[in-house]
Amino acid sequence: MSPVSRGFQHLRRAPAAEADRVPPGQHMTEGFPVLSAGPTPHTPLENWTFSVTQDGQTKKSWTWAEFQALPAETVTADIHCVTRWSKLGTQWRGVPVDTLLEAAGYGARYVLAFCDGGYTTNLPVDDVTGGKAWVAFGYDGGPLPPEHGGPARLLVPHLYFWKSAKWVRGLELRDHDAPGFWETYGYHMYGDPWKEQRYAGD
Amino acid sequence: MERTAVRGRLTWQVATVTSVTRETDSVVTIELDPPDWPGHRAGQHLDVRLTADDGYTAERSYSIASAPGEPVAITVERLESGEVSPYLTRELRAGDELELRGPIGGYFVWEPADGGPLILLAGGSGVVPLRAILRHRRRSGSQVPARLLYSARTLPDVIYRGELDQGYDRAQIIYTLTRSQPPGWTGHTGRIDQALLAEAAWAAEANPLAFICGPTSFVETAAAGLVGLGYPPEQVKTERFGATAGR
Repeated sequence: MSPVSRGFQHLRRAPAAEADRVPPGQHMTEGFPVLSAGPTPHTPLENWTFSVTQDGQTKKSWTWAEFQALPAETVTADIHCVTRWSKLGTQWRGVPVDTLLEAAGYGARYVLAFCDGGYTTNLPVDDVTGGKAWVAFGYDGGPLPPEHGGPARLLVPHLYFWKSAKWVRGLELRDHDAPGFWETYGYHMYGDPWKEQRYAGD
Repeated sequence: MERTAVRGRLTWQVATVTSVTRETDSVVTIELDPPDWPGHRAGQHLDVRLTADDGYTAERSYSIASAPGEPVAITVERLESGEVSPYLTRELRAGDELELRGPIGGYFVWEPADGGPLILLAGGSGVVPLRAILRHRRRSGSQVPARLLYSARTLPDVIYRGELDQGYDRAQIIYTLTRSQPPGWTGHTGRIDQALLAEAAWAAEANPLAFICGPTSFVETAAAGLVGLGYPPEQVKTERFGATAGR
């Protein structure tokens, strides 16, 4: 039983229609906070590729120009950061992960997203396919800014936002789940915001 | 990468507030006595949960301000539009109960064995986890050279000023005051820039470790600046706060 914090009250309540979209323990923000563990990498677009790999082999790779030629979608999504902010109705432009994995061919259960700067995060294949995930290169009508993960980041809005890896450069197909960067430091392997899966054991 | 900071399940516990110390007009340090604390590392944080009488709860994360082995403490800056920080800075007093869980985070941490030299870059209340690192360095007897470059709006906004001015065993403390300076101020002024970083940071050849904490614009400038000075990105660890309107 949690003790009542004497004199503590709600500062504001979200309208009911919006409150239903904010998971437990989260609060809405109008800003777009930046959280990352190190410096923002700046990879020139002429050096950028996106690759799908398996067992150390590259199954498929796209240059920036090839990637831009893939059919893209506009996505409106609510996003939820494990540091407790949620942002509703964000607008993105990106290529569905389905498109990328189908082009590469896949038969694995997990992916490990890998990124410039060495960041990684792990996800089940089922959570990045079926129209649930994108490699996003546009935000709010413009290019995705570097501090928010540009030129391209993973977008998996139904999981905590650390799974939406910034500066993503590819997906490694894996038969077994393996922790990525934050997962190694005690964050949850799956990260469902509606179940408050913030840390290992939650 | 070999150590994980969180072992098993992190459970909520009710700590007793043992003291509330005013640091500046808008900042307090809250010392806590949790019944079951596994110990923490310098740079980690903890989660706080408040509960209203109607059952509404709000959670926030705060950096731990104390060194490993010292009583658990957090330092909190009041954000006027915030929901939790006004309660913690205005209402909370010694003897109160406060629900928390932790410690959390295993990347933005420093151990004496990690070596140095250390360059610590603080923007505003971003100094909190860096103070834990400086205290840990002193308590552990580490001889690693250390510098703190601390950007604050004004001199009265400097958190831990009395403690910082005592120097932490020859750690160098460099202030830059961005908004206004007292008469006769001979220190740095204005926001950090490449020239100040080049002057304050250790040469990249010394293989320094950098810890940067502050608002996003500060962290972006500082981290890019150090990389520009030749620091390998993996030796520049960052932690950011702010821009979370409504926290």
